[in-house]
Amino acid sequence: MDPKRSRNSHESVNSSESTRFPDEVLERVLSLLTSHKDRSSVSLVCKDWYNAERWTRTHVFIGNCYSVSPEIVVGRFPAIRSVTLKGKPRFSDFNLVPENWGADIHQWLVVFAEKYPFLEELRLKRMTVTDESLEFLATSFSYFKAISLMSCDGFSTDGLAAIATHCKNLTELDIQENDMEDNGGGWLSCFPENFTSLEVLNFASQQGDVSFDALEKLVDRCKSLRVLKVDKYVKLEQLHRLLVRAPQLTDLGTGNFQQELTPRQCAELESAFSNCKNLHTLSGLWDATSLYFPVLYSACGRLTFLNLSYAALQSGDLAKLLPHCPNLRRLWVLDTVEDEGLEAIGSSCPLLEELRVFPAAPFDLDINRGVTESGFIAVSRGCPRLHYVLYFCRQMTNAAVATIVQNCPDFTHFRLCIMNPGQRDYLTGEPMDEAFGAVVKTCTKLQRLAISGLLTDLTFEYIGKYAKNLETLSVAFAGSSDWGMQCVLRGCPKLRKLEIRDSPFGNAALLSGLAKYESMRSLWMSACNVTMNACKLLAREKPRLNVEVMKDDETDSQVDKVYVYRTIAGPRRDAPPFVLTL
Amino acid sequence: MSPEMAKKLRESDAGGLNFEETELTLGLPGETRDQKTGTKRGFSETVDLNLGGSSGVESKGKKCNGDPSENETSVAAKPPTGNDQVVGWPPVRSYRKNVMRKTGKYVKVAVDGAPYLRKVDLEMYNSYQQLLGALEEMFTCFTIRNYLNERKLMDPVNGSEYVPTYEDKDGDWMLVGDVPWKMFVESCKRLRLMKSSEAIGLAPRTPPQCSSTSC
Repeated sequence: MDPKRSRNSHESVNSSESTRFPDEVLERVLSLLTSHKDRSSVSLVCKDWYNAERWTRTHVFIGNCYSVSPEIVVGRFPAIRSVTLKGKPRFSDFNLVPENWGADIHQWLVVFAEKYPFLEELRLKRMTVTDESLEFLATSFSYFKAISLMSCDGFSTDGLAAIATHCKNLTELDIQENDMEDNGGGWLSCFPENFTSLEVLNFASQQGDVSFDALEKLVDRCKSLRVLKVDKYVKLEQLHRLLVRAPQLTDLGTGNFQQELTPRQCAELESAFSNCKNLHTLSGLWDATSLYFPVLYSACGRLTFLNLSYAALQSGDLAKLLPHCPNLRRLWVLDTVEDEGLEAIGSSCPLLEELRVFPAAPFDLDINRGVTESGFIAVSRGCPRLHYVLYFCRQMTNAAVATIVQNCPDFTHFRLCIMNPGQRDYLTGEPMDEAFGAVVKTCTKLQRLAISGLLTDLTFEYIGKYAKNLETLSVAFAGSSDWGMQCVLRGCPKLRKLEIRDSPFGNAALLSGLAKYESMRSLWMSACNVTMNACKLLAREKPRLNVEVMKDDETDSQVDKVYVYRTIAGPRRDAPPFVLTL
Repeated sequence: MSPEMAKKLRESDAGGLNFEETELTLGLPGETRDQKTGTKRGFSETVDLNLGGSSGVESKGKKCNGDPSENETSVAAKPPTGNDQVVGWPPVRSYRKNVMRKTGKYVKVAVDGAPYLRKVDLEMYNSYQQLLGALEEMFTCFTIRNYLNERKLMDPVNGSEYVPTYEDKDGDWMLVGDVPWKMFVESCKRLRLMKSSEAIGLAPRTPPQCSSTSC
């Protein structure tokens, strides 16, 4: 060991001890590290460790595709087999980001094709992916195994056909919740007859028929298939034929659950379900009513995740089903089940950890049914392990939320959406400040928070003061002045993602985060009170941030949308004309 | 807030209804309630909401009156005055909007002798049998299920029979069950469970054709 060998940073004992490990040993050890956060920490220790880490990294996670460029990625990590990329800001899910904003995968694929010929996996979220890109992907990487697209746009079933045709080693085709154009279901027939490696097949978001014959044959020959999620055009009768060919499934998404069956067909379906001994996740169930629930009962005892968010069930339906599902950890439902349905959850699912209640008719003012605060309380009483909730409702009270978090103090994700913007506590008429105050005071592990209802700056004071583990905050129609946003920026040390819409935060608030934004992934503000001058100032002071502005009016100084994110790639070169990079 | 006021609010908020929806305004049912700024907020008489001249227009581009000198207790956030006027609110992903059933086909159900009406969503059912079973559950005085050829419901308490009828698109009162289910769903405007004794004048029932879409 040469003590004079130059060290990049830390001198002294630690780094000299680390040089006793030959590189091969260090690399062997580091190759066992999978968490990208751990790997990030490792790479900061010293130059040797940085190098060992970069040579052994096989999976790279990029939370914002514009924070880095494909060239930089391939330059640092030579041995990548698996890439996860996220693109557009989350509010693009709610149409707040105009079309053609960016986040196109193609340039990444071009670079990867050259430097990562052994690429096996690609997982994308909120990216634009064209059929041409999918074809390019399918033909450029001979070892390609797994593709997962969530909330992406720009492609059609033709792109899937390209994947099916060319990817001989495909194990995973996971198309989740996308805007996918439907050019027919013939893509399933593109899998070659000798193709048997598929383990995950999810086309639940398809909006049309598939060739069932091809599907049946595919399921029959892929003996390792463990995840199968079909679209709503697959009938119950057809589901039966699939199940008998794939009893090994762990994760099933049914098609339509509302066909008229003869008693014999029912019995056969029931038998098929009871043969699925490994089934732990069930979804789909389009148009399900309680009529055919009995066929599921034998499988329900093993279920840990049940997604009923496409079945407009009533409370009675849920009350019939849930006693058969005592092992549920995660449950998604529509608010058609109402408070009574939630009471059934509270009494039947003591192990529940995650609940999501989606609105069946969110834009309909006539239909005032749904869930209220009492349903939420009932769940909190019966499910003390609850730590993740997404709850859409039309009324709430401060007292109810206080009770709920008393019952369930371990919330890590608390997303409450009172659907009428700026709505007060309906019993006391007060703002909902105390509700979220209770949440942040009691739930010390809170990582993600979405707030709603009538909220003043007090809510934000509470958040800044108590939410010390908060990483993601979503704000809409809330706050009274700049002070609110300032409290959060000053008080939440772990904040990474802040998204705000329609709130009265202005320039002072924006600029108060000057020192903070580089430690965050991104900030989004739309329909707030920010002007061009402040954005320009921010951009000038912080060259390592991209400050992107979208304005309604050319001449106006008012900024409609601003998106701020840290980057080492400089301003993006593919910005459309309506995005101004300052 | 006075106890009386709170009680009044609770009373008007029966059964999970958003009480603001029962607030009296001018206008046809189902119209968005954004005609007047400031009236949407139920307790607005106690709070000075500065709506900055907006009147239900899309929230983007709205000028907020975010004067830093505004004190903390006055609320300056600009809640829009109608859910369906705001882009991207409530935050439901477009994928979920597309795949969920729309509002369904809700029709009123009247029962002779009952003081109030109910509403059912015809799209929740696949057959006459299912619908009549649901009606039976809804009006719990009926305990005899109605199957297939029998198109009347029996009230065991007072022994009167009820005949399900409906008003169709042309405004005519028809006997439930004559037409295929889907045709019925499309043309039905409201339902009435009529006492048998009053159902004079309707054509005598004939057994329906057997088909996979009938009840």
